Amino acid sequence: MSIPQEHDYIGLSESSPMERISDKLSSSSSSSSALSTEENSNKNKTSSLNLKETELRLGLPGSQSPERKPLPGVSLFGKDIDTNTNGYSLSPSKNLVSGAKRGFSDAIDASSGKWVFSVNNGSDADLNTGAVLFSPRGDNGNTQKSSVSKKEVVGVITQSSKPVQEKGSQVSGANENNNAPAAKAQVVGWPPIRSFRKNTMASNLTKINEDAEGKSGFGCLYVKVSMDGAPYLRKVDLKTYSNYVELSSALEKMFSCFTIGQCGSHGFPGRDGLSETCLKDLLHGSEYVLTYEDKDGDWMLVGDVPWEMFTDSCRRLRIMKGSEAIGLAPRAMEKCKNRN
Amino acid sequence: MDPYSKRKKELPERPPESTRPSPFPDEVLELVLGLLKSNKDRSSVSLVCKDWYNAESWSRTHVFIGNCYSVSPEIVARRFPKIRSVTLKGKPRFSDFNLVPRNWGADIQSWLVVFASKYPFLEELRLKRMTVTDESLEFLALNFPNFKALSLLSCDGFSTDGLAAIATHCKNLTELDIQENGIDDKSGNWLGCLPENFSSLEVLNFANLNSDVNFDALERLVSRCKSLKVLKVNKNISLEQLQRLLVCTPQLTELGTGSISQELTERQYTELENTFKHCKNLDTLSGLWEVMTPYLPVLYPACTNLTFLNLSYAALQGLELANLLRHCPQLRRLWVLDTVEDKGLEAVGSNCPLLEELRVFPADPFDEEIVHGVTEAGFVAVSYGCRRLHYVLYFCRQMTNAAVATIVQNCPNFTHFRLCIMNPGQPDYMTNEPMDEAFGAVVKTCSKLQRLSVSGLLTDLTFEYVGRYAKNLETLSVAFAGTSDWGMQCVLGGCTKLRKLEIRDCPFGNAALLSGLEKYESMRSLWMSSCNVTMNGCRLLAREMPRLNVEVMKEEGSDDSQADKVYVYRSVAGPRRDAPPSVLTLSVFTEGTSPKCRRWGCNPYFCDMDG
Repeated sequence: MSIPQEHDYIGLSESSPMERISDKLSSSSSSSSALSTEENSNKNKTSSLNLKETELRLGLPGSQSPERKPLPGVSLFGKDIDTNTNGYSLSPSKNLVSGAKRGFSDAIDASSGKWVFSVNNGSDADLNTGAVLFSPRGDNGNTQKSSVSKKEVVGVITQSSKPVQEKGSQVSGANENNNAPAAKAQVVGWPPIRSFRKNTMASNLTKINEDAEGKSGFGCLYVKVSMDGAPYLRKVDLKTYSNYVELSSALEKMFSCFTIGQCGSHGFPGRDGLSETCLKDLLHGSEYVLTYEDKDGDWMLVGDVPWEMFTDSCRRLRIMKGSEAIGLAPRAMEKCKNRN
Repeated sequence: MDPYSKRKKELPERPPESTRPSPFPDEVLELVLGLLKSNKDRSSVSLVCKDWYNAESWSRTHVFIGNCYSVSPEIVARRFPKIRSVTLKGKPRFSDFNLVPRNWGADIQSWLVVFASKYPFLEELRLKRMTVTDESLEFLALNFPNFKALSLLSCDGFSTDGLAAIATHCKNLTELDIQENGIDDKSGNWLGCLPENFSSLEVLNFANLNSDVNFDALERLVSRCKSLKVLKVNKNISLEQLQRLLVCTPQLTELGTGSISQELTERQYTELENTFKHCKNLDTLSGLWEVMTPYLPVLYPACTNLTFLNLSYAALQGLELANLLRHCPQLRRLWVLDTVEDKGLEAVGSNCPLLEELRVFPADPFDEEIVHGVTEAGFVAVSYGCRRLHYVLYFCRQMTNAAVATIVQNCPNFTHFRLCIMNPGQPDYMTNEPMDEAFGAVVKTCSKLQRLSVSGLLTDLTFEYVGRYAKNLETLSVAFAGTSDWGMQCVLGGCTKLRKLEIRDCPFGNAALLSGLEKYESMRSLWMSSCNVTMNGCRLLAREMPRLNVEVMKEEGSDDSQADKVYVYRSVAGPRRDAPPSVLTLSVFTEGTSPKCRRWGCNPYFCDMDG
């Protein structure tokens, strides 16, 4: 268990639970040692970035996204996300199209294994030129191919090709070990979807997100739900539940696959009765605590206020490890103690 | 009055071995053969003997050209004098995904110029992935007095001004179908250019245009056109406006709605519901842009006879889809977004026993953070409920070999299996193994498979399977897959019916490319990009196979010896002369010459005119 570190947040209170979550995530991976060196070096930069975990990735140039490690039993994209020990990271402002819309300025931090791409409202021309790097999978240590595809993808990298090559070789090396970082750049023409559809969906999504963000749109209220250690978030519509019990059981179902991984059994979410019991224990026992961020940006324990008040003020949900919920509520602390 | 009544026998004399005179006069033969619609049949017929060849040529009214550079307009006109309908496809399919430089070619203008002189009575033009300028559209509108039907899919180079020209001058227009093009959408004024007394329209599809059209003009148009069968409006048409349109068009068979997002009063809702009740002839429903789902039920009465439901722009949730599908008992084809998730696909399985085609598009292919979408579970659920499924396009973020094996066991009749695991090179997420066995199962079980798109982590084993079992395969799309040249060699060696092969980001090199030397003339085309092919390999190919056009597109700043993108296709027209500087045409021939064809006109085995 890592020691929570204090950071200098911009506009946030000290020792926000979020950074601990970030630490938690980063240390839970098997390859944490290599990572933590890197993490430490990025600590200052990540102060405002831990917030990124909970936000849509509309990163500004110069920001890097925090690492996110999958659980051993679960891989986000089916491969173990490993860090590249070479702390190669692109300086985003150099590498990106100057005219890129805001959605494009996320850097690809190869070493972090992070997919960073945000919804782009622009034309496919942006998609082309905003692409940064992609490491093709496949156990070919073919640097040349990698670099060719990168060159195809990278329209405006003004750096010399050497760093690109480096990355290529290191990534290929990683590929050989079947541990390619999930550094996801925007690959030209992938997934294979026509520009018209891409553009239409991008603008639709912005609309939906705008509508649903906090304010109840026409009868739906989507908030993000994240869970410690889970590789990705979910979204739930609070309007579809009428009380805390319904919400709680829906979340249990939704995240059961991750906790089962933690339980130690492999895969098979939901079908094994045993696993569900295990999950209920996890959630109702003391392992996890359901918290939410309210309109003021404070993190609260779910269940204290009447349901309607909760749906009105809830901005996002987080399923936190009980041990991380220190300071939120005495109840949470008690749970931890009882378990131990 | 047959404009082509002047008969010209341009042929040499009948060969000596044919001594028996034809039992039919030419006119009868032509009449009989004129009843043949299938291009494949016509192709076979044309090979019987010279008389039949001629009769077929004279009786053909529609020509399909799958690769516009495989033949020249002059050759086409020489062989088929009586064409009234042309379908042309231009750029390689990967141009849809921005892999082909913008000015690559496939411009319709040179075709139109020849057609204006040889086919002045041309009625229909259907183009896919061609470059079409406003000038060309105006040329088309002014030079073909009988012109009736224009369909543009995935084309580029034009604006709504070009549409205005068509609307203004084509007095006999029956079809205007504008889909998913790179169009410069300046305004909706083009609609108003249709004359006030114009009433022949049967098909109007402007769903993908974003500018506002004048609704009053549209309403008047629609009420005048009593033969209107297909109406697909854009998202700017509100529900209320749609209702007014539908009142005039009870005979519609295909409807593309506008937005379903307007707030309705109860009275409006009831009116709409009633209007939809009268749309009993609908077999296709699409659109549903920006859908506000509480209003979906208003569509239910119109769904009784639906066979094709296109929800691929409507971000529905699973429950909403389930409710809708309960009212679509006749559904054969369904396109959805992955917002419906596995739950929605379970509903598909439960409610659509007649389903033959399913396409699941990703709502948000690039956003990793919010992972909605479908998984293998949804696909499996569909396969249990929809045993007649034979066409699938499935975008997902995770898949397993076991799931695919189950799916094809349930649905062994797949003809089109296009699976896109969106993370390139991703293995089976449960076992961490390559997805070889999944596609192995597909090709072993689905003997009728014509089209296959593979994805995920794949070794050469996948391609061994494909080469060994996929004997009916015609189109194969490969990305981020394979281990060595051997993979591609297996495919080229084993898939006897292969016509189109498109590959990107795979470790296939010259050995693989050249192993298909003998094969490419029996194929429409080969595309290889970001592979390991070099310029020398391409030059060798071009040298050995003079009847192939070998084109290389170079990236800026790439290694001189690398052939970044290679496009190889058979052609009887020789290397093209309209390639931009970034496209290198490798050819044995000097400028101006072209390879001789075996017969005058073209040989159907070389000429791509029959697809």
